[in-house]
Amino acid sequence: MLTYGPYGGRFVPETLIPALDELERAWNKAKSDPSFDQEVDALRRSFGGRPTPLTLAERFAPDKRVYLKREDLLHTGSHKLNNALGQAILARRLGKPRIVAETGAGQHGVATATVCARFGLECVVYMGAEDMVRQRPNVERMHLLGAEVIPVEFGTKTLREATSEAIRDWIANVETTHYLLGSCVGPAPYPELVRELQAVIGREARAQFLEAEGRLPEAAVACVGGGSNAIGLFAGFLDDDVELVGVEAAGAASLGSGRAGVLHGARSSLLADEDGQVLDAESISAGLDYPGVGPEHAFLRDSGRARYLTATDEEALEAFRRLARTEGILPALEPAHALARVSELDAELVLVCLSGRGDKDL
Amino acid sequence: MKRLAIYLMCGRETPALAEAAVAGGADLIELGFPFSDPLADGPVIRRAAERALAEGMRTRACLDCLEQTRARVDVPLIPMTYAALLEAYGYERFAADAASAGADSLIVADLPAGERPELRRVQLVAPTSTDERIALAAEHTDGWLYLVTVAGTTGTRERLSPALAGLVSRARKLTDLPLYAGFGISTPEQASAAAELADGVVVGSRALEIAEEGSDALQALVRSLKTAIEEPARWVMP
Repeated sequence: MLTYGPYGGRFVPETLIPALDELERAWNKAKSDPSFDQEVDALRRSFGGRPTPLTLAERFAPDKRVYLKREDLLHTGSHKLNNALGQAILARRLGKPRIVAETGAGQHGVATATVCARFGLECVVYMGAEDMVRQRPNVERMHLLGAEVIPVEFGTKTLREATSEAIRDWIANVETTHYLLGSCVGPAPYPELVRELQAVIGREARAQFLEAEGRLPEAAVACVGGGSNAIGLFAGFLDDDVELVGVEAAGAASLGSGRAGVLHGARSSLLADEDGQVLDAESISAGLDYPGVGPEHAFLRDSGRARYLTATDEEALEAFRRLARTEGILPALEPAHALARVSELDAELVLVCLSGRGDKDL
Repeated sequence: MKRLAIYLMCGRETPALAEAAVAGGADLIELGFPFSDPLADGPVIRRAAERALAEGMRTRACLDCLEQTRARVDVPLIPMTYAALLEAYGYERFAADAASAGADSLIVADLPAGERPELRRVQLVAPTSTDERIALAAEHTDGWLYLVTVAGTTGTRERLSPALAGLVSRARKLTDLPLYAGFGISTPEQASAAAELADGVVVGSRALEIAEEGSDALQALVRSLKTAIEEPARWVMP
């Protein structure tokens, strides 16, 4: 089982351990099976629209050279499809006809509903009742794609409870169901699995950046909720002399103001009190409104390889508007947090992961 | 003799409720230390945990509750909680402080067999567990093995899980330790049927629901459960 220093692990009820073992075996087999890579790659191209472009944002940041990795142009409108496609292919190899997922902003729910429609899998998505209101268009998209969306009325009615409910559903239906977890969080092997499926972002961006500038960026920047687009971007530059910067929502800074603890099956950095009870996150962005974060990010923070900043709701909204007016691109509120910190970086040559499009936030 | 374990959530009334449960015939009390995000629990225990946390039942207060309960009952007391609390409090410190407050063991719902083997606790096995994992859990468990009767969370079900029989027979081949069945057992009929297979029965969500009606109601429920498991023949379905 892969861990990240003191982070990661499997803090789940016994019922799930055999399913996690099974998933880990299937994933290890898939990793060394060229036909898995080929199947994923072919679908990413023909169905997903990869490779996504790299766009120079000249008017957004006139005193720097800022490039946007356009995951907003991926099918379904965000980077979430990268992971959903790969896991759906794994689920088919596991012979699981039913998929359960959690969603916050709805982007992962839409990506999951999309691949389930594509592969003929039953799809159940748990979504906080509050998020269903603030991300209404995505709820309708999921319905159109044939998914059942179950509102979660517990607690803060956001991503945190939706994730708990999806895990409980999985516990009850584990024989027939694959849990298509949307971020690099949760029990092993999910953090590794999601990272590797999102690593295509960093791989493509690295090659595209080299082609455009003849060198690597000085900094690579991405927003961090659970952290899957960030870990996918960072994966392309971990061994390079490239500064890695994650930007959290100020009200959900599980890395910036969190402590070590256990949530949703893994030890990581999270918003919790001194007794280990999890605290509420608060963000305008439903996708970042989560008190935990992937264990690899906690490790990268501790080791100093990546640094993590925050952006407030207002700063994200300001960056959202500015990108729309200067570049003709409506970003999702989540990557608007990353955009909000770009102008203050010392780096002049900057790569930003534009993880999703903003239609859902209108 | 078949054993009856009753689950109660730590709170102001808990010592008195535990006393009533023991008066009704409970052989063991599990004391829930509430966690904010309890993945193994259904709606009843989740709501009880939410209320307990709102009342300030953090780890220290739960240990005090344990100590007060110990002052009133002689049966084994076992805190049941989640790894997050032990992570924050320190595993060794938690085990030591619980023991000195009167605990006889621990149950950690999300710390599966193989993790932290040095922490003495009652291990859980589930219908999905492989024989290897049942053997591992039996090797490390503290006195008895907790059989989760269903793939699912805690809470009442319409009927006893059909998966229990298979789980019991697999576990019997792998261990001589007592087997207690829990999750989804709420009525005397279900308790009786579970006791036909296992050595003990755990009732949680139903006990919490009835405990809201007070000590007398809880004592009556426990008595009916105890009678049912001691005289299984009376409850066998025709």
